[in-house]
Amino acid sequence: MSEITTKLLVLGGGPGGYVAAIRAGQHGIDTVLVEENRLGGTCLNVGCIPSKAMIHAAEAYHAALLQSEDASPFGLSAGPPRLDFSRTVAWKDGIVGRLNTGVASLLKRGGVKILRGRGTMVDGKTCLVETDTGPERVRAEHVILATGSVPAALPHLPFGGRVISSTEALSLSKVPATMAVVGAGYIGLELGTAFAKLGAKVTVVEMAERMLPAYDAELTRPVARRLAALGIDVLLGAQATGLSGDALAVEVGGDSRKIPAEVILVAVGRKARTQDLGLERLDLDMSGPFIRIDERCATSMRNVWAVGDVTGEPMLAHRAMAQGEMVADLVAGRRRAFHKVAIPAVCFTDPEVVSAGLSPDEARAAGHEIRTGLFPFAANGRAMTLGAEDGFVRVTARADNHLILGIQAVGAGVSELAAGFGLALEMGARLEDVAGTIHAHPTLGEAFHEANLRALGEALHI
Amino acid sequence: MGFRIVKLPDIGEGVAEAEVSAWHVKVGDVVREDQPLADVMTDKATVEIPSPVSGTVAALGAEAGQMLAVGAELVRLEIEGGDTAPASVPESGVAVAPEVARAQDAAAGQPAAALVPAADGLEPAQPAPGSAAAPKPVEPPKPAPSKPASPAPRPAATAPSSGPPRPAGEKPVASPAVRRRALEAGIDLRQVRGTGPAGRIGHDDLDGFLNAPPEETAPAPAGRVARTGVEEIKVIGLRRRIAQRMADAKRRVAHFSYVEEVDVTAVEELRAALNQRHGASRPKLTLIPFLVQALVRALPDFPQMNAHYDDEAEVIHRHAGIHVGIATQTPSGLMVPVLRHAETRDVWNSAAEVRRLADAARNGLAARDELSGSTITITSLGALGGIVTTPVINRPEVAIIGVNKQVMRPVWRDNAFVPRLTMNLSASFDHRVVDGYDAALFVQALKGLIETPATLFMEA
Repeated sequence: MSEITTKLLVLGGGPGGYVAAIRAGQHGIDTVLVEENRLGGTCLNVGCIPSKAMIHAAEAYHAALLQSEDASPFGLSAGPPRLDFSRTVAWKDGIVGRLNTGVASLLKRGGVKILRGRGTMVDGKTCLVETDTGPERVRAEHVILATGSVPAALPHLPFGGRVISSTEALSLSKVPATMAVVGAGYIGLELGTAFAKLGAKVTVVEMAERMLPAYDAELTRPVARRLAALGIDVLLGAQATGLSGDALAVEVGGDSRKIPAEVILVAVGRKARTQDLGLERLDLDMSGPFIRIDERCATSMRNVWAVGDVTGEPMLAHRAMAQGEMVADLVAGRRRAFHKVAIPAVCFTDPEVVSAGLSPDEARAAGHEIRTGLFPFAANGRAMTLGAEDGFVRVTARADNHLILGIQAVGAGVSELAAGFGLALEMGARLEDVAGTIHAHPTLGEAFHEANLRALGEALHI
Repeated sequence: MGFRIVKLPDIGEGVAEAEVSAWHVKVGDVVREDQPLADVMTDKATVEIPSPVSGTVAALGAEAGQMLAVGAELVRLEIEGGDTAPASVPESGVAVAPEVARAQDAAAGQPAAALVPAADGLEPAQPAPGSAAAPKPVEPPKPAPSKPASPAPRPAATAPSSGPPRPAGEKPVASPAVRRRALEAGIDLRQVRGTGPAGRIGHDDLDGFLNAPPEETAPAPAGRVARTGVEEIKVIGLRRRIAQRMADAKRRVAHFSYVEEVDVTAVEELRAALNQRHGASRPKLTLIPFLVQALVRALPDFPQMNAHYDDEAEVIHRHAGIHVGIATQTPSGLMVPVLRHAETRDVWNSAAEVRRLADAARNGLAARDELSGSTITITSLGALGGIVTTPVINRPEVAIIGVNKQVMRPVWRDNAFVPRLTMNLSASFDHRVVDGYDAALFVQALKGLIETPATLFMEA
């Protein structure tokens, strides 16, 4: 067995791990990154990126379908579209492949050594990696645990056969005729919507009384309307009880129902990946199922750090990246702490949902007296020209000093507004700051401007 | 314009690295030739590094308290019309730099240490008059004046300039750049008043906080006030060395202490008589020279006490010469100047030398070889009172003798109580190499010598 001694070992090549490794490399830190599968982790390979590709393809197909049915609002008609789904998947895989290569070359440029294989921690400084060419022992001064998360399974609906997770849903060989989605969180709704647009009959089963339970009802209402328009059945307060022949057995309000389902997508959340990594040999304090970290991403062991999904919610790639970057700085001897005002979250549903900071309810619960401003896209010129008038931008600020506490939006394409929302919150903007900033016309961003004006009682276009 | 790079010279102890214990300049300062740039500290000595040229400080190679390799970039100076050739400090400018040429050789093959660039908002060096270890007091938050049920105070532009920066529990508002700068400068933003909109803390507020006089005399609120500030003091320089050595001694040496009461009536009478007889014509005698004489008399019979134990090599070096370390409190901390070859000195000579060494140590003028090489140490806290001390051995020595306070006590003697001046000797030994029996015999021998001072001066 050969032995490698390094300053920094990063276990896991997802967004948290690879960003940490790149930054460490830039600092001139001797770094080894251990990845069992492909670089980029869940996000790049079976998460954010491929799902967005599928969603885009589904939208294009769906728009073409409307045109062929003469249902295009602006009078465009075309012949019936044909979809070669295997090429859709190949196109998606091509994007993933290019990004994989990109990450690898960024790591290489930073001088990071990549070890392919399964890494198991032996102690807080040593990792055993089963590579293709035999086991390697890596000894490091610092260790970053960035092992990510895996789809959570339901005990009575274990993965296998027709029961699939988001991972398999992104590599189906054909569009299923019927699909049941268990879980109305953002993963289930994003993929369910995409497959509905591709032609599947989709039914969503959610145990809670609301879909997208992480967001408030006002924000999710346009999504619910759109799901209904797309013919997606959403069963709330419904429990999937198991397979029943070709169908999914569901109990709703005491009634048993059978939902025909060629494919059953279980999307009930993700759980931290802490198994089979040798973590039990480390003296790590846990916080529930997650590795407990402090504001510097330090675990209970000196010089053992953890970033990303394995440290808990929110399980978002950009949180992991920010943590990874910070820990690399810390290892380089800089003073850092994870003091963020907001970690924006985006749902690529139809329409899209963005939330940064506190919702009005959360702000009130935190003891703030607030004022809010909501501006509907129905009054935004650009939204009209896009044929996407459903939705709004909503801002919540403190009543006393107008400090913005949170910004949410729902509408077509609003994910791109997340940048401005995040910046306003991190900079400590007041309503007057955004109100006093010229927002280019005609853009969806004007709705953000107007929401701030409206919160000040000075809206112009409503 | 060009840059002149000043590298850390070899300051002559064959050491590979040294600690930058204090900066005399900060980024942006204009320096003249020979103006001191930084204090650099090795095991024993602090050396001032002067600037070889006049220029403007563009970057510092380390923060105060950091270790820097010999030959690494210490300071980058921006100079008029110069080239960017690296330069070591010329010999003339350095206090102890006999091997500058070697330093330059070493520098050639060594990557420059990470620099602290000027643009980075770091605050690596306070202009430190005296010592960079000067603590920066964190302003304790004053309690909010209790105004029950009053409306939330209007912050923003109307923020009052006194009182707490913001109500308790309220998070400070600051941009990410300000937050990072504060973190790197070790500032808790909760203590900083924000003058921006909604009480936002800007770079100017941070500058103001950093440059604020240490004590802001706000009108004291009535009644007793909870103090919640935490003062952060970097353990650097001499203090860090003391900390390391003490921890090392406690970790490695198996200390045991032995305390005995000694009747010092006779020796004190002798001392007073000698001081009176010679007045100012001879150095004033303290008890220390007599204790040194007692050691000189006793140690030949106890050679295991005047020794160094090299615990890594597992060898004991018994020394023929008696070099007595005298623990001395200095403004920057504990130092141990050495009275060399005590066996060659009489009490007056010892007294003069002890005084000279103490002054030198207190004034930071002690030479390196005056601060090393002791074979046994005396520590005296007697003047401050205290019955017993448990002195920490000055490794690699194996014994240390502590002097406690002199007290007049009634002593039972010849069927009556008589007043006697007594004093405790608290001695510690390294039990790994000194047995308790021998230690007891040694202390008893010292006691005998001191109680009968004539024996101190009789040739054996």
